[in-house]
Amino acid sequence: MDLNYSAADLQWRDEVRRFLDASLPADTRGRLLEGLPAGVEDIRRWQRTLYAHGWGAVAWPERFGGLGLSKVRQHLFELECATAGAPPQLPFGLKMLGPVLMQFGNPTQQQYFLPRILSGEHWWCQGYSEPGAGSDLASLKTRAVLDGEHYVVNGQKAWNTLGQHADWMFCLVRTDAAAKPQRGISFLLIDMRSPGISVRPTKLLDGTPEVNEIWFENVRVPVAQRVGEENQGWTYAKFLLEHERTSIAGVGVARRAMAHLRRVAAVHSQGGRAMIEDPLFRARVAQLDIELTALEITNLRMISQEASKTAPTPDASILKIRGSQIQQAISELLLETIGIRALPFAELPAQAPASPALPGPVHAAGLTANYLNLRKLSIFGGSNEIQKNIIAHMLLDS
Amino acid sequence: MDFSFSDEQGMLMDAARRLVTDQYGRDGARQRAATADGYSRATWSEFARLGLLALNVPEEHGGLDAGPIGTLAVCFVLGEALVVEPFLSSAVLATLAIARLGSPEQRLQWLPRLAAGEAIAVLAHEEGDGGPVATAVRTVAVADGGEWVLDGCKSVVYHAPAADLLLVTARIDAPTGAQTALFAVPPDAAGVALQPYVTVDGQRAADISLHQLRLPSSARMGAEVGADLQAVLDQGLAALCAETLGALERLMRMTLDYTRERVQFGVPIARFQALQHRMAEMATHLEFARSMTYLAASQCVAGEPAGRAAALSAAKVIVGQAARFVGQQAVQLHGGMGVADEYGVSHYFKRLLAAECRFGATAWHLTRYAGTL
Ligand SMILES: Cc1cc2nc3c(=O)[nH]c(=O)nc-3n(C[C@H](O)[C@H](O)[C@H](O)COP(=O)(O)OP(=O)(O)OC[C@H]3O[C@@H](n4cnc5c(N)ncnc54)[C@H](O)[C@@H]3O)c2cc1C
Repeated sequence: MDLNYSAADLQWRDEVRRFLDASLPADTRGRLLEGLPAGVEDIRRWQRTLYAHGWGAVAWPERFGGLGLSKVRQHLFELECATAGAPPQLPFGLKMLGPVLMQFGNPTQQQYFLPRILSGEHWWCQGYSEPGAGSDLASLKTRAVLDGEHYVVNGQKAWNTLGQHADWMFCLVRTDAAAKPQRGISFLLIDMRSPGISVRPTKLLDGTPEVNEIWFENVRVPVAQRVGEENQGWTYAKFLLEHERTSIAGVGVARRAMAHLRRVAAVHSQGGRAMIEDPLFRARVAQLDIELTALEITNLRMISQEASKTAPTPDASILKIRGSQIQQAISELLLETIGIRALPFAELPAQAPASPALPGPVHAAGLTANYLNLRKLSIFGGSNEIQKNIIAHMLLDS
Repeated sequence: MDFSFSDEQGMLMDAARRLVTDQYGRDGARQRAATADGYSRATWSEFARLGLLALNVPEEHGGLDAGPIGTLAVCFVLGEALVVEPFLSSAVLATLAIARLGSPEQRLQWLPRLAAGEAIAVLAHEEGDGGPVATAVRTVAVADGGEWVLDGCKSVVYHAPAADLLLVTARIDAPTGAQTALFAVPPDAAGVALQPYVTVDGQRAADISLHQLRLPSSARMGAEVGADLQAVLDQGLAALCAETLGALERLMRMTLDYTRERVQFGVPIARFQALQHRMAEMATHLEFARSMTYLAASQCVAGEPAGRAAALSAAKVIVGQAARFVGQQAVQLHGGMGVADEYGVSHYFKRLLAAECRFGATAWHLTRYAGTL
């Protein structure tokens, strides 16, 4: 057993740091280190920058334009990027669709779509959930009916993240209404500019239009844009979920938030002393910092041992639950550092978020918006209740 | 021992219910938040017509003098509907302050107008760094040739943008030690600057800066006001607990209803035991919050000052923790609907968040309580 990074791993980390020092735009970095969310333009620009450096998708195999990095180095990359204040890379193309296309897509699809994900030319969104199909995804109703060389799609998707900016959607549709729910689903790639699609952004708690309702009315999708076999979509969707665990814990983002918490708590005082000097508060920060270390080591252990596991494990669910809880808890403490100053509020502009002109500490509105926004972490991507069901099921039934 | 409301208090509750039913549709709070004033003047007149603005006006001025329990009863109902009119700010805090501390002329000048809904007053006391303590004031007042000169800042004063009268606390450094004093200040006086904004729960508030504000000696209300002002602040805290309890109760009901209706995996999600247990925990928080809200109001009726401070802090801790737990779990159990701003849950969540932070946040009260052990 050796829990240290290898010399080569550390070299990689240093290379990433040098790159970030040189290439991460100062305005983006400033925003993210101040606890504000990344704007849409931050995300686009960063993907272009990474791509230009050959790092558009470090996790992908080399034959598809990636670096074929080990899991541990992927972890280091995400940790360094996040703590330096880099925006997230959009997960929909890179982490979700990409691996599915590599495994199940045909060469035409791979050659057309993968390079455009890498470069950031295509913004992808995920069209799974529907008003009536959230946790119970297999009950989805959006239907696709074959008509010559096209599917004709009708239905409605819900809670679609940032789909208002998307060029493409990967989408689960029902192609066989008579089969068992999981058997009659297909996996389609849909051009968001197709006639018959309407998109309505809706605001989250913090006022940001981060999700969308999307309607399909006789939208024609070429059969060539189906991934894999008809009615096998559920298999691909499950494959996709199982391949998105390296970063599911969100260690890097949590580390950035923890550093922010310590900064803010050292600056803001209540009752005449800095919050970080308040023994009660300090103990709570310490508790969270410890939990975060446990999360990081657990994450590293699980991803290191992943390849040697033969049976399915509840690892991803454990990481998702604790990762979301820790991020949410940090956002709560951040809010508490400023007491009543958390209440003046203004929505943040989506393109390039900036602290609104409100009285009080500059961080205040960002902290409140952040607390509100992060309530989503325990709901999306399989709610924490569903993750607990999965863990219990694996413990008891296998 | 008796935990029930009197007939009179029950009637007040009915009046508040009627008002809320007539004036607040499903979306009343949100519609008002979108207007320039942030509240409805028409509804405010209705409050007056039903006598609710006279709740804390003494009988000799034609008021109801309903006391902390009557206030609890009304605020509970207002909290259920997330009422945004300045009831707590003007009809509880400021009205009580004038009734207790105003000179006969000030009482005659303001109480009838406040009760009639013709004027709104707010108490500007807290300075953003602690809790609702009468002596915690950094704003200073200095005597200067028969006038007072005030300098300082007040933070997050709810409903200040709507106010016709500000009741501003300041410290006077007398040879015998510092005293807290209260001043009646017209919001448009030279030297007063309001920076207004919307709060996270969709209400209106302002930071107020006072710079070389000159006031006639008649602007001072009472003399050394510490004890009376503390009693007013305590009643405000108790009223906030009552409002919060109302919001908690409604949100609990919304969650029960939603989980009975929402179907996933072929059954209402209320059938899942994990969610049943969560709702049982929410209900437990709610019942503790109810008890402590009653305790807070009762202490305002009868408690002696030291014991009252501890009891109010205990109440705020329990109510604040209930606000956080019930708020977060209601969102969680609504899934995507919980985080979507269009649906009601998010409004309750944000109101509960504001309640946690106002009148001293949970951690502040925990620390104060610890100091009393
Ligand atoms: C901000 C945000 C972004 C999203 N982005 C996307 C996206 O880009 N693409 C996409 O397809 N989807 C997206 N989603 C949808 C997300 O995956 C769903 O919200 C999630 O699956 C929960 O579904 P639901 O909202 O319908 O809640 P429901 O499934 O109705 O759940 C309500 C509550 O019941 C609980 N529950 C449900 N079933 C059980 C059970 N069996 N046992 C115990 N408890 C249960 C849940 O945990 C939850 O607390 C997003 C959601 C959010 C909030």
